[in-house]
Amino acid sequence: MNKTSDTTKDLSLALVGSGGAGVMTAGQTLLDAAAASGYYGLMTRATGPQIRGGEAAAILRLSGEPVECQDDRLDLLVALDWNKAERFADELILDAESLVIADPGQGEVPAWVGESGARLVEVPFDALTKEVRGARANTIAVGLVGQLIGLKGTDVEATVGRILENKGAKLIEAALAGLKLGRTAVDDLPQRQGLAGQPDQAEPRWLITGNDAAGLGAVRGGVRFCAAYPITPSTEIQEWLAAHLPELGGKLIQAEDELASINMCLGASFGGTPAMTATSGPGFSLMVEALGLATQAEIPVVVVDVMRGGPSTGIPTRSEQSDLDIAVHGAHGDAPRLVLAPNSIGDCVTTTQWAVHLAEALQCPAVVLSDQRLGQARAAIDPPPQCDWQANRKLATDELEDYRRFADTDDGVSPMALPGTAGGEYTATGLSHMESARPSASGMDHQRQLDKRRRKLEQFHFGDDWADIDGDGELVVLTWGSTTLPAREAVARMRSRGHAIRLISIRLLSPLNTEVLTEALASCRQLLIVEQSHGGQFHRYLRSRIELPDDTHLLARPGPLNIGPGDIVTAIENLDLEKVA
Amino acid sequence: MNSAVEQQIRILGHKDFKSDYKPVWCAGCGDFGVLNALTKAMAALELEPENVAMIAGIGCSSRIPAYTTVYGFHGVHGRALPLAAGLAVSRPELTVIATGGDGDGFSIGGNHFLHACRRNVNMTYLVMDNSVYGMTKGQASPTTERDWTGSRLSPQGTHQPPLQPLELALAARAPFIARAFSNSPNELARIMTEAIEFDGFAFVQILSPCITFRPEQLGWKKRVHEGFEATNDRAAAFAALAEDDGFTTGVLYRAPRPHFQPDQREPVDIETIEKRFEVRS
Repeated sequence: MNKTSDTTKDLSLALVGSGGAGVMTAGQTLLDAAAASGYYGLMTRATGPQIRGGEAAAILRLSGEPVECQDDRLDLLVALDWNKAERFADELILDAESLVIADPGQGEVPAWVGESGARLVEVPFDALTKEVRGARANTIAVGLVGQLIGLKGTDVEATVGRILENKGAKLIEAALAGLKLGRTAVDDLPQRQGLAGQPDQAEPRWLITGNDAAGLGAVRGGVRFCAAYPITPSTEIQEWLAAHLPELGGKLIQAEDELASINMCLGASFGGTPAMTATSGPGFSLMVEALGLATQAEIPVVVVDVMRGGPSTGIPTRSEQSDLDIAVHGAHGDAPRLVLAPNSIGDCVTTTQWAVHLAEALQCPAVVLSDQRLGQARAAIDPPPQCDWQANRKLATDELEDYRRFADTDDGVSPMALPGTAGGEYTATGLSHMESARPSASGMDHQRQLDKRRRKLEQFHFGDDWADIDGDGELVVLTWGSTTLPAREAVARMRSRGHAIRLISIRLLSPLNTEVLTEALASCRQLLIVEQSHGGQFHRYLRSRIELPDDTHLLARPGPLNIGPGDIVTAIENLDLEKVA
Repeated sequence: MNSAVEQQIRILGHKDFKSDYKPVWCAGCGDFGVLNALTKAMAALELEPENVAMIAGIGCSSRIPAYTTVYGFHGVHGRALPLAAGLAVSRPELTVIATGGDGDGFSIGGNHFLHACRRNVNMTYLVMDNSVYGMTKGQASPTTERDWTGSRLSPQGTHQPPLQPLELALAARAPFIARAFSNSPNELARIMTEAIEFDGFAFVQILSPCITFRPEQLGWKKRVHEGFEATNDRAAAFAALAEDDGFTTGVLYRAPRPHFQPDQREPVDIETIEKRFEVRS
């Protein structure tokens, strides 16, 4: 935040309160209203595992320029109550420039807030609710914050109206009165901390979550079947598909478990319908056997794994990048597959769409590694680009005689006959098989099909989208997935200080483009690998595939605390780098 | 269309539904009878091989799809029903027949069985029940008698009562439930035909002796008896099962209800869906 003027083009704020107090609704209202006023913005969710009554924080960053991740500190913290708020001490960083607004009647100010030096202003949200029948503290807070940061009152009101659209006129009336209460409460505040003037919008921006974006990418790519089993933090993908697949002539089944959901997808895909499921670590673990079947029987399928803290039940509501090992290697036998990772909320559309295209083209499973940080964040972004990637499976449709389902073709991809095609009848099988699909335990047949399945992945031309490579420099930051967000910001900060840095974010993790990656690292003198995992899974994976520079450093940290831009800046500084003139 | 082509009607006999694969089954296995009856039923129903899909998991009986000339999917252990559901829901014009054994269907796949019964996707489920895991050389299955000590894995018996698949199916609200015997080919083919024609989830338990690991099951032919009379009254069906010795054959329960259909909505194009993401001011 620019500390020398009353306005800033970039503002970070958080709302905290008990689960059920409505901080997420309040946060979304502010984000959506800011978007309506023309700002970019991002809201991430931090919650405990409780359904209601646990700690909850909506963390927002609003800006005149695109924002991808949260800042390292907050300009503003609003506490509806302080219930279990001490759990956010490591996450919601305050300093002497920060402003804290809290209800004095809702618990004592936690030590980390008091010790930060932030200015504290008391607003009796709960008491204010008594002034208007039906008013809620979270709405009052929205009115207050909107006024404080300079959002247009009409945009805030219209947003509240939209969110409460189906809740009845009475509730909307009470909410609007609550907003007004909040706005007038600001007059008592000594200083305003507003956003700078509105940026222009060439085309309408989008408000979208990473999970919705993955759903959209899937249907853009041609997915028309989903079998779903709910699991945090991926459920919203399934819910989005439940709402939208039927509009596109597609179908969704809620399955009895993840063993069923992945197998239902394989059944649909066997019948020719591009299919997808979404899950998180525990569900993904259950799907591993069926992914091996999809490899062996060459059935296209897409699985979006919205990663959370693991192993086992882990931390369901928080992010981690620790499913890389299982996504790449999790199968018995030699079972190569596609593994992709989106590196922004908008990219959840594009990468999932690409995954559908690739799985269908290569007749194999594709795993998309999103995570809670991307999936459950909501952002105002420029619309993601349109791309041509479509499901386009090579089919056997002509007069079929002596049809061989697993014909050993040059590119390794064999035309697939779908039920309904006379002459193409075959039995797909998880057994090792001959070209004809007839089961075989012969070493020759086994080797031939293994070779074929490896070849189709190795020979495919994936193009330039396997990674985003940005900038030049002897110092390279190498990362993947959601940690690309803070890495981009950290690199931008370092560049503005005069350092030359190359940033590489790998989108296609498997098969890894080792040749071009090695080239991209050819002039690298120092390498910093960044990942959100305890075991350094990404680092180990890279080491297993390419020669890394001698001077390679690793910033690997487990969740639940997201790696922020400041963490990466510090890691770069600790490399003791020379400043490039 | 060319009238000669139009007039060319394919008349398929049951042999046209048999592939040239030699089954892995032991000589005398009950599953041969099931294969024969099934191909007869498919011929009698004048099905076209390309429009039929047989879906199976793992086990001796789960090898059956490849022994036919229809489309088949031999998946992983216990997951025939979800594979079949995905196919049947996404391609409703196909005839989908899930098959397998008692271990595949009631043990490792037991959860899917319960939910397939209540979900009522339009498909058939044929379980060849021999109360033993044959492919792994003779272990007790969920339908094995408590005192069977023929397995080295449970040398003192299972210490558990066997499952009663028909009771499970009825409790889980399967709309069509029947039992047949692999050695009664005509009744078996008739019941299969009825099951395949049924609009919804049709479950048939087929007693199919294992000659190798349960040779005493050769005696089943003396114990099997007709007796179920199709009813749509659940209480009557439960009452019939209370009297059942496990060897009564026939259609036990037949209570059609609309088969499973996923949500449907007014069609819109993808651009319209994308517009909903636009910021509104």
